[in-house]
Amino acid sequence: MKTASTLATGRAVPAGSSPGLAARLQTWLPKLVLAPSVLISLCFVYGFMLWTFVLSLTDSRLLPSYDFVGFAQYARLMANDRWWVAATNLGVFGGLFVGICLVLGAGLAILLDQRIRQEGALRTVYLYPMALSFIVTGVVWKWLLNPGLGLQAMVRGWGFESFTFDWLVNPDMAVYTLVIAAVWQASGFVMALFLAGLRGLDDSIFKAAQLDGASLPRLYWRVILPCLRPVVFSAVMILSHIAIKSFDLVVALTGGGPGYASDLPATFMYAHSFSRAQIGLGSASAVLMLGGVLAILVPYLYSELRSRRHG
Amino acid sequence: MDNVIRRQTPMARLLRALVYAALALAALFYLLPLAVMVLTSLKPLDEITAGTLLTLPENPTLAPWIKAWGEACTGMRCEGVGGYFWNSFAIVIPAVAISTLLGALNGYALTKWRFKGAELVFALMLFGCFIPFQVILLPMAQTLGWLGLSSSRAGLVLVHVIFGVAFTTLFFRNFYVSIPDELVSAAKLDGAGFFRIFRRILLPVSTPIIVVSVIWQFTQIWNDFLFGVAFSGHDTQPVTVALNNLVNTSTGVKEYNVDMAAAMIAALPTLVVYVLAGKYFVRGLTAGSVKG
Repeated sequence: MKTASTLATGRAVPAGSSPGLAARLQTWLPKLVLAPSVLISLCFVYGFMLWTFVLSLTDSRLLPSYDFVGFAQYARLMANDRWWVAATNLGVFGGLFVGICLVLGAGLAILLDQRIRQEGALRTVYLYPMALSFIVTGVVWKWLLNPGLGLQAMVRGWGFESFTFDWLVNPDMAVYTLVIAAVWQASGFVMALFLAGLRGLDDSIFKAAQLDGASLPRLYWRVILPCLRPVVFSAVMILSHIAIKSFDLVVALTGGGPGYASDLPATFMYAHSFSRAQIGLGSASAVLMLGGVLAILVPYLYSELRSRRHG
Repeated sequence: MDNVIRRQTPMARLLRALVYAALALAALFYLLPLAVMVLTSLKPLDEITAGTLLTLPENPTLAPWIKAWGEACTGMRCEGVGGYFWNSFAIVIPAVAISTLLGALNGYALTKWRFKGAELVFALMLFGCFIPFQVILLPMAQTLGWLGLSSSRAGLVLVHVIFGVAFTTLFFRNFYVSIPDELVSAAKLDGAGFFRIFRRILLPVSTPIIVVSVIWQFTQIWNDFLFGVAFSGHDTQPVTVALNNLVNTSTGVKEYNVDMAAAMIAALPTLVVYVLAGKYFVRGLTAGSVKG
């Protein structure tokens, strides 16, 4: 590198005094390279969002039409029972999914952080579901949870004849099967986030607290967890984001059923846009989903970008 | 470390045993579905109805796997998921290659050739990582139609590249930020151009982040269902869509062993990648969510 910098002093002057075509190209090249991606982003992300919003203001049914009806589709959505089932389900599913993942993930990370033998193997086991498709997860849990031959039958076979675990076919409980399968898939990931956070903490925190004579649970609850607030924050963002987008899991595990008891907004949108010829209504629901994501995302991106600028 | 343990009181030892017990219990919870999936896929159908989930197969057979691969019905056709398995590869490989290359160039341009507004451009693209794809589904379907790419593999590749570039750019940008600028500015003064610097200086040190990006994109695209179901045709379905069709096709007796074999087939490529390169997989997952 030394030779490069000494050479540079000799060359920089002529290049600067007469900027040729090649040099001008060089200054434009980075922007040219970025241009396709930026254009893609502008058209296919921002343009399409706007387009969907426009569709949501029309009376489109089987095909997009551009007869505007104002916010009538949103009014229809608000009067639609199935939408409210889907939205309520998202609240139940999202809340439980995020909450249980956090508790399970943080708990496992803390336990794994106690100088455990075979830690690597255990970590691998906890995290592998994250590599699977939600479709695979849904298919497997559908098999496990089917009352006739699955877990219910297995426990009954052990002698507990009256054991009942038929959530999959019970309209009141079907949404909780989504929680079980989704927690199974994503909690290992939360564990990995927390473990990385714990490993990133300074050892002196532990030592100081131990000198103070704090008990281990107290140490974690009062000292360590508050230090991991950014991890909790990220995990909540990522998990709620997964929850809002959940589509494949519902399709594979419950199909939204029984009836539409376990519908989520993502399946509602898909059903109305692609199979029920209600493009206008489907678009309106998509726009509301976007609104939900934005409400979570904007504070997240804001803090990410701000901390980067400081960092 | 052994010293530490030996000095512990009986109480501490009990606690430690409890910790191990809890961890083992959790491991069981995560492993149970995989175990059941493998066991079921190796059993003949009569053993499934007679036994329970965890009964070991008495006459293990690969017949369900063979049927799932080549004969099982996915909707109207009965050709198994084998063809769709290769479809997935035909979609994944070009999509991963193109999005990773674009991401690398974008990350490089954003960090080493900083210009006014680069941060804004990055924020603009980053947003693409997070939108719920439902909001672009309908316009995308129509646009693919206009481009003549409806129900084609090329159309799916395009869609995956478009919505993957945001992620790969994020990976490479965050990686290149940590590479000292001095190397690049020295080469610039030396008259080296944009692509030459990329090839000679950035690319040789990029292996780890390329692995992260490739694994992330591979897993995402392989596991995709939404784009697959919305934009593919009968011949171009990815394996996730075929699996879902197979499981939901009801003709005669439900063959759970074939379902599970098909699920294993759809799961194997990403599982293999995870086992071989778990470290990079985790890095991809946590990139951008945990700093440092």
